[in-house]
Amino acid sequence: MPTLTIDGIQVTVEPGTTLIEAAKQVGKSVPHFCYHKKLSIAGNCRMCLVEVEKMNKPVVSCQVTAAEGMVVKTDSEKVKNLRKNVLEFILINHPIDCPVCDQAGECKLQEYYMDHSIADSQMTEAKVHKPKRVDLGPLVVLDDERCVLCSRCIRFCDEITKTGELCFVNRGDHQTLTTFPGMKLDNLYSLNTVDICPVGALTNKDFRFACRVWFLKETPSICTGCATGCNITINHYDDKIYRYLPRENEAVNQCWLCDEGRLSYKFVNDSSRLLRPKAKTNGQASFVAPTVAMEVLVSQVEKTKPQDIVLVGSALESNENNLALKKLADLLGVTHLYYSARIVPNPSHDDFLIKADKNPNRAGVEKLGFKPLLGAAPIHSKVCIILGGLSEAEQKALQPKASGHWVMLASNEGPDTQAADLIFPTATFAEQEGTFTNFQGRVQPFAKAFEPKGDTRPASQWIEELAVRLGFCHCEASQLLRSGSG
Amino acid sequence: MEQRLTKNFKVKDSHRLEVSRAQGGYQSLAKLFQMKPEEVINQVKEAGLRGRGGAGFAAGLKWSFIPKNSGKPVYLTVNADESEPGTFKDRYILELDPHLLIEGIIAACYAIGAHVSYVYIRGEFYFPMQRLQAAIEEAYQAGLLGKNILNSGFDLEVYIHRGAGAYICGEETALLESIEGKRGHPRLKPPYPAIVGLFGCPTIINNVETIASVPYIIQNGVQAYRAVGTQKSPGTKLFCVSGHVVRPGNYERPLGYPLKNLIFEDCGGIRGGKKLKAVIPGGSSTPILDANDVETVLLDYESMEAHGSMLGSGGVIVLDDTTNMVDALGNLARFYAHESCGQCSPCREGTGWAAKILDRMLSGEGRPKDLELLRSIADNMAGKTICVLADSLSMPIWSYMKKFRGEFEAYANPNH
Repeated sequence: MPTLTIDGIQVTVEPGTTLIEAAKQVGKSVPHFCYHKKLSIAGNCRMCLVEVEKMNKPVVSCQVTAAEGMVVKTDSEKVKNLRKNVLEFILINHPIDCPVCDQAGECKLQEYYMDHSIADSQMTEAKVHKPKRVDLGPLVVLDDERCVLCSRCIRFCDEITKTGELCFVNRGDHQTLTTFPGMKLDNLYSLNTVDICPVGALTNKDFRFACRVWFLKETPSICTGCATGCNITINHYDDKIYRYLPRENEAVNQCWLCDEGRLSYKFVNDSSRLLRPKAKTNGQASFVAPTVAMEVLVSQVEKTKPQDIVLVGSALESNENNLALKKLADLLGVTHLYYSARIVPNPSHDDFLIKADKNPNRAGVEKLGFKPLLGAAPIHSKVCIILGGLSEAEQKALQPKASGHWVMLASNEGPDTQAADLIFPTATFAEQEGTFTNFQGRVQPFAKAFEPKGDTRPASQWIEELAVRLGFCHCEASQLLRSGSG
Repeated sequence: MEQRLTKNFKVKDSHRLEVSRAQGGYQSLAKLFQMKPEEVINQVKEAGLRGRGGAGFAAGLKWSFIPKNSGKPVYLTVNADESEPGTFKDRYILELDPHLLIEGIIAACYAIGAHVSYVYIRGEFYFPMQRLQAAIEEAYQAGLLGKNILNSGFDLEVYIHRGAGAYICGEETALLESIEGKRGHPRLKPPYPAIVGLFGCPTIINNVETIASVPYIIQNGVQAYRAVGTQKSPGTKLFCVSGHVVRPGNYERPLGYPLKNLIFEDCGGIRGGKKLKAVIPGGSSTPILDANDVETVLLDYESMEAHGSMLGSGGVIVLDDTTNMVDALGNLARFYAHESCGQCSPCREGTGWAAKILDRMLSGEGRPKDLELLRSIADNMAGKTICVLADSLSMPIWSYMKKFRGEFEAYANPNH
């Protein structure tokens, strides 16, 4: 365990720790472009040069490992000058098009320039021009002039996805990033290259030109794309989701996120969102006031025996919403508890992050005692309260329904909601807080990004109101409904 | 002086095995196989053979870095990329005495425990490649390569790998990447190739001339090798003289030989009755010497260093007094900008920028600030990159501007 001094602070680190990581341990952030802790060391940007006593040359802190007695300076005048000079080199051929660059506001080059340089360019000659708007693949666009040639994206495709689509061609200041001939940047994780690109060279086709990053608010959340439950940050503005970014969690997704999950946010913004309750009269659905919808539901439940009531939870919904349904079952004495789940044909899956089970909370809903709807014996019911959506197969499992009354608590309109007699609009996971239990059994909290729109509210609130209206005292219902996540 | 590396150059058909053998080729093998590998390494160490590729690192010491019993194969890679402008010595060895190189390869591989050797030849050297390939085939047929060489129990396979025309592939780790089929980008060090080299295995990379110097040491011993040269730079070296001399060409001379004698006696002086202006002594990247330096400098590592330059690869480029030094530097800057692999920011951007400034100065658009700017580009590149390509331009920038300041000032102030 070598002990070294970094900027006057003594620190003991694990053998083999690089200076850049050792500096982190004493709270010093060394600027860098090419270094990424999940990728091999490239050492090419030369931005992380630091001064080490008794070494006659500046050393690259991403490569050199800590040794006993080392005296390292990460912010001396000499080091600051080194950075300024490296930045000058990187910037001479850079287009400096920050005003139209999507990365502006979260660009390392821009940040370091503001921190370390703020100098006018000394180069008066013409810049090197390189390809612009290169279509690298279905989701990623490259601006080669902005590229600082750090090779992070190349190493990502070589080492993480092992698909190896990217490479450099040409030499010197004409070196450019591209794909191998005949290849496209088309792997299941391609948008991570955009995340790790320190500048605006790689941009996300789904996000580019959509919103300036400084408007975006950040909310920690969980991806609902599959059972892995990758930790994400929701970037949103004006009650709209603009993108997901991976949030670091070594035990779940490290610092990555698959493309499918990353683009799974769209239902939240979608025009199919239900904003007001709907009720069917004589087969004709129309919007009704929440109080009217609730009265219909209360009267239906009141006149139905518990054994004729079926409650359907959802593997897509949070533990809290499913728990509310479970507690309602306990209050009413209902024993028919099932859950619906999203099933897609030929689901994507791999041995890294992507699970074939496309439900964020199957483990959670099963732990609460709900049974899968698919495969259950035909269910006869008079009233059926359904959380979330239903697939066609699940609708069939709930047949016959001729005399039954279907009540759905759903966020989006779909083929399933057409069949419902009564619909309560619910908030999505982005509009409420809660937890999902991933395939590992890990209970992961997510926070509310923005307020529910219109009459939407978390399903648990609708269920709680139902309980109160059915005569269970408010405090009892509240207590029951909110007593933890099971 | 006894010619060691070039003794067969003028012999007819010297590239053929029977001619080589008639001249004493492969005789060192009998002695070699009676020695233990460590003894070979020690003999080369004691002979003081220094790497002829440019850096002058002690060859025997390098060989001793190969870890014992690593459980991995060991490789010898012969660097025949010869990409430094002004250098054309290895090419002559390949063309005129390829068996001398093969003999050296056998000795070096035996010493370090390698059973496979790659000779990395620059793509442009097509004819030398053919000559070496033919020689390798002859050697296989004669039992000098392959299984159980001369009943010694020692096996060795030799392969040629042709480069595709990149200066940087003469840098030893870029060379390894290139053999592995990758882009020629120098590797971060450590680990050094002796520990993690070709295909991740311990590897020694030596220049053609270095390896070709080994048979003499095995055959004649340490004393004989040290009979010429200096204490710290023993033996002979090939000097490839080009530029404005009467008789350019390859000259094998003992280390410590006066540069002045090489130019004015051996090469017949400056052609066309012109005066000597400057000499690039060791390939294009080495700091330039002016006519005063040439009066006293000796062709060895120490004397060159004392005169602010380097022996380098032995590529001596002689410039007469008609040479425009700004033009000469501009030429070099364009070369290094073209050959920078593009990996490290300072070199990738700095070499190109320096070339643009020099081009602008040469077009009559120089500015007083240009000299300071060039100097700062050189300062900010040198020593801050993975390999020394950036330094290879920084050194000429510093030395040309220092020694020929007036010429640069004139271009920086075109209106004065």
